[in-house]
Amino acid sequence: MTLLKISNLKLSIGRAQILKDVDLDVGRGEILGVIGESGSGKSVTAFSVMQLLPHAAQVSGSITLEGTELLTKTEAEMCAVRGRDVGMIFQEPMTALNPLKNIGDQVAETILVHSDKSRAEALATARDMLNRVGLTEDRFPLTRFPHELSGGQRQRVVIAMAIALKPKLLIADEPTTALDVTTQAQILELLKKLVAEDQMGLILITHDLAVVAGIADKIAIMKSGEVIERGETVELFANMREPYSKALLAATSHQPPRNPPTIVEDQVPVLKVENVVRDYPLPRVSLFKPGGHFRAVDHVSFTIHRGENVGLVGESGCGKSTLTRAILALEKTQGGAIHIDGEPVSCGAGASFGVRRKMQVVFQDPYGSFNPRHRVRRLVAEPFHLLGSDAPDGKAREKRIAEALENVGLSASDADKYIHEFSGGQRQRIAIARALIIHPSLIVLDEAVSALDVSIRAQILDLLADLSDRLDLSYLFISHDLSVVRAITDRVLVMKSGKIVEEGETESVFQNPQHEYTRELLAATPILETALKARGVG
Amino acid sequence: MLVYFLKRLTSVVLSLIMASIVVFVALEIVPGDPAAYMMGLNADLSAIEALREQMGLNASAIVRYMSWVAGMLHGDFGISYTYKVPVSELIADRLWVSLPLALFALVLSTLIAFPAGIIAAANRNKPADFGIMGVTQLGIAIPNFWFAMLLVFFFAITLRWFSAGGFPGWSAGFFIAMKSLLLPAVALALPQASILARVMRSSLLDTLSEDYVRTARAKGLTRQQTLWRHAVRNALIPVVTIIGLQFSFLLAGAIIIENVFYLPGLGRLVFQGITQRDLITVKSVVMLLVFAVIAITFLVDLAYAVVDPRLRRQSR
Amino acid sequence: MSEILTEPSEHILRSAFRSKSFAIGFALTILFVAAALISFLWTPYDVTVMSIADKLQTPSATHFFGTDHFGRDIFSMIMVGARTSIAVAIIAVGIGVVLGVPLGLAAASRHGGLLDEVIMRGNDLIFAFPALLIAILITAVFGPGAVNAIIAIGIFNIPVFARLARGAALTLWTRDFILAARVSGKGVTRISAEHILPNIMNLLIVQGTIQFSLGILADAGLSYVGLGAQPPTPSWGRMLAEAQTMISLAPHIALFPGFAILLTVLGLNLMGDGLRDLFDPKIRRGRG
Repeated sequence: MTLLKISNLKLSIGRAQILKDVDLDVGRGEILGVIGESGSGKSVTAFSVMQLLPHAAQVSGSITLEGTELLTKTEAEMCAVRGRDVGMIFQEPMTALNPLKNIGDQVAETILVHSDKSRAEALATARDMLNRVGLTEDRFPLTRFPHELSGGQRQRVVIAMAIALKPKLLIADEPTTALDVTTQAQILELLKKLVAEDQMGLILITHDLAVVAGIADKIAIMKSGEVIERGETVELFANMREPYSKALLAATSHQPPRNPPTIVEDQVPVLKVENVVRDYPLPRVSLFKPGGHFRAVDHVSFTIHRGENVGLVGESGCGKSTLTRAILALEKTQGGAIHIDGEPVSCGAGASFGVRRKMQVVFQDPYGSFNPRHRVRRLVAEPFHLLGSDAPDGKAREKRIAEALENVGLSASDADKYIHEFSGGQRQRIAIARALIIHPSLIVLDEAVSALDVSIRAQILDLLADLSDRLDLSYLFISHDLSVVRAITDRVLVMKSGKIVEEGETESVFQNPQHEYTRELLAATPILETALKARGVG
Repeated sequence: MLVYFLKRLTSVVLSLIMASIVVFVALEIVPGDPAAYMMGLNADLSAIEALREQMGLNASAIVRYMSWVAGMLHGDFGISYTYKVPVSELIADRLWVSLPLALFALVLSTLIAFPAGIIAAANRNKPADFGIMGVTQLGIAIPNFWFAMLLVFFFAITLRWFSAGGFPGWSAGFFIAMKSLLLPAVALALPQASILARVMRSSLLDTLSEDYVRTARAKGLTRQQTLWRHAVRNALIPVVTIIGLQFSFLLAGAIIIENVFYLPGLGRLVFQGITQRDLITVKSVVMLLVFAVIAITFLVDLAYAVVDPRLRRQSR
Repeated sequence: MSEILTEPSEHILRSAFRSKSFAIGFALTILFVAAALISFLWTPYDVTVMSIADKLQTPSATHFFGTDHFGRDIFSMIMVGARTSIAVAIIAVGIGVVLGVPLGLAAASRHGGLLDEVIMRGNDLIFAFPALLIAILITAVFGPGAVNAIIAIGIFNIPVFARLARGAALTLWTRDFILAARVSGKGVTRISAEHILPNIMNLLIVQGTIQFSLGILADAGLSYVGLGAQPPTPSWGRMLAEAQTMISLAPHIALFPGFAILLTVLGLNLMGDGLRDLFDPKIRRGRG
């Protein structure tokens, strides 16, 4: 029987038409995966069900829950529905909880709002719910505050709040996007279990096809405010009709074509990291003991040869960002040595221009990577600072800027524009152009494609592969996303708690992981082909 | 928590030492000899010299600084050059006017600002919000001593509900004394209340756009419930800072307002001190006010730790 | 403070006037600045000439705002008083910006280091002295005068700008574009000047207008208690102090200088609010 039915849903804010025509339905005990790239309207659809929309939103169409129309309900009536009949989980567990209230009170609040139960009864139910989501009493008493929990644990608290009254429908808006893969796997497993136990309907909204392919019963693909394709998961993947869906599918498991690098082992390596140690002082907890140290990078060694692409994978907090900063000479190290093309990186502000000239970086966030007040010409040319008086000027400078922009698929005339005139993907191209302009030997790609939609990500990966082949560049590709690393690198390093736990040819590490942690990571990573195979597609 | 407390306390002590040095050095460079001033124009040089010796003015600057600080720690601020009585007595008398006035104004300001700020935030971009914001805009712009003059003109001179100034003393009875402080307190409180209401409003609006407020709404809380149970307490953190800062403004502002109402408070004392070159009194009053400001800042920091569980266990 | 980066805005002034509060604030500010400037060349009457025969006149066609107890024209005195107030406030803001902003930027560029600690403790120290106390100390030492008011208010402005600049700069220092500049070998001073300062300029302008208005208020308070500009220089605060003694006889003398202060401060605040809305990308996007 249909639990939730959305038909002809249209939504506009001012003149902007956000949802054009959305039809969806989900039954009891069923998981509906809603997929779309940013701006597709998938989150807005979810908030329409909850009627938690901006004031200016104009909605029409119909949303029924067990046959009752939700769109005509008053605000007071909706308050009775929210939390009791429909629960919701959000993307950002770090900010979804009130920092000033303990977790017991926050879970109990759902119960207290909707029933006449006493506080003690509500707290007892809250305890049960926290146990159900895997936060046991011995380690997680009700009096814990959110800041004492990790992201995954906080997400469990949010889930406990959402299911406290056994709602009929649960909406999860990108519930695992902000989490590490192993945590993501656990949370997805938990959601699946809860749906089965309580016979809830679950709407799982995500940008990641691989995530839903594994657990959803039905899938809807959204694009620009419309559901363009929907159906049973297995059938939909087997017979995709829409070109956009097909493109999305292709982009998700995209492998850029690459020539194998010709590595000459006796050459001086582009990057040589030896026994690097990075300690952070911890704040004092006692007056009489000095604060200890946190070892973020613990005796790490590796090399990168010319033309080689090396991946560095690990979950948040494993030390990969710290290591990156040490290599870029942005932070001091407490031990070991780093050489670029045989020249030592003296860490701190004093790294020589000669060393810096040989490496550049591309960051994750295409929106924070540029000074918004400068034109692209000035942004791209910034590394010329490293050439000092050798920096080209006049025509030569213009030529280099044009060359860098054309290398990344933009045109020379883009140099006159400001950065806000470009999309996220184009900005990432400009970031790559900035890295290329002084012809470095090594480019550090710090989660460089993680913030991009899959279709854009595929294009940028193609570009990177092409540049590496054409310009004989070496990459250090840092990412939490194993499938991306697999697509673009020759060799991979797996990092955990400041140490490299496994290192090897990318394919052999993926096919035949040696270290326990690598196996764990690989098992947790949702891979589209594997998920489909398990369900008998493809 | 203990580490946090001790860290803050250390910085309080450091600030006080630095401030006392600043005040001492500033008044060291004053031209003129207090001993000569006390003895009058026709005093003979040996008498002045004797007095200098007696007042300890001939000792080195460091010795005088140390003895000044040591004295203050015992509540001994020295002898007023003009009144020839211990400065601590003068201050104690005046403090009983200035401190109640500042506190009265603080209470008024908070009582006005909280509801105003909350109402404005809850009715964002509606008439109530525009009305409150308009009034606070005026409240911030109005000079408080001029507002005080208008109050005197209207309530004391025209309506004759209050006396135009002066202070009957606490011995005249609590309510009579408080009545004479009411107009000054209102004049002091209005601009501060306006600022506080605006801070309260914008802090609430910030909190209302937080993710956890959305979470609360998804649980089924109404707008009202969300506002009171989740937003208000969280919005208080920046508001408490401003209240702390305002207390120092109120103490300083009281100095000016006392002039409008002819109140015998610290303000009158300090201005008389300046005109009569009674520098030891000026020095003591300034130091006392600085101490009050630093102490309040310290209390605000402690209040944070009580409100915010994140601070209870961390040291920073 | 969450989002302080804004796009470059070539037409910012044109859109500024679409904001009602900015337009009103701007008009009021211009009115008083113009009055101050014109007073250098011309005032209806000479403010130094007393004419006891004309004392305490109510507003009329010959004396727009009436005359004071010495028979001086209040309208002319307000024009000249605007000069004093605006000059004191502007120079005091200048002191705060010129000393405070570099200190704040320097502190942020060495966040957590000794320099940061020293600058911030220094700020705390100045914060412990309200402007009025500084003025009292300076007056006790050097005697009263407009310059003392400027120094007192100026010193008070230093930590305001230092903290603002430091706070805003700290959030920028974590941005990737700053890291990119460091990877390009640029030093902290250069990055502060080239990347940080232009991006916090909006905040500084908004704070500048607000400190300007606070400066006018503080100057009025100081000259009211006799710590500001000395006679015969007319100042709004002292006009009010003199009016106070005869408020029951001639209340109008107390009205006009008060309104002058109120409207100037209001104008600056409205302008500041308008600019803040304009610079805030969240609000701007909402409008577009």
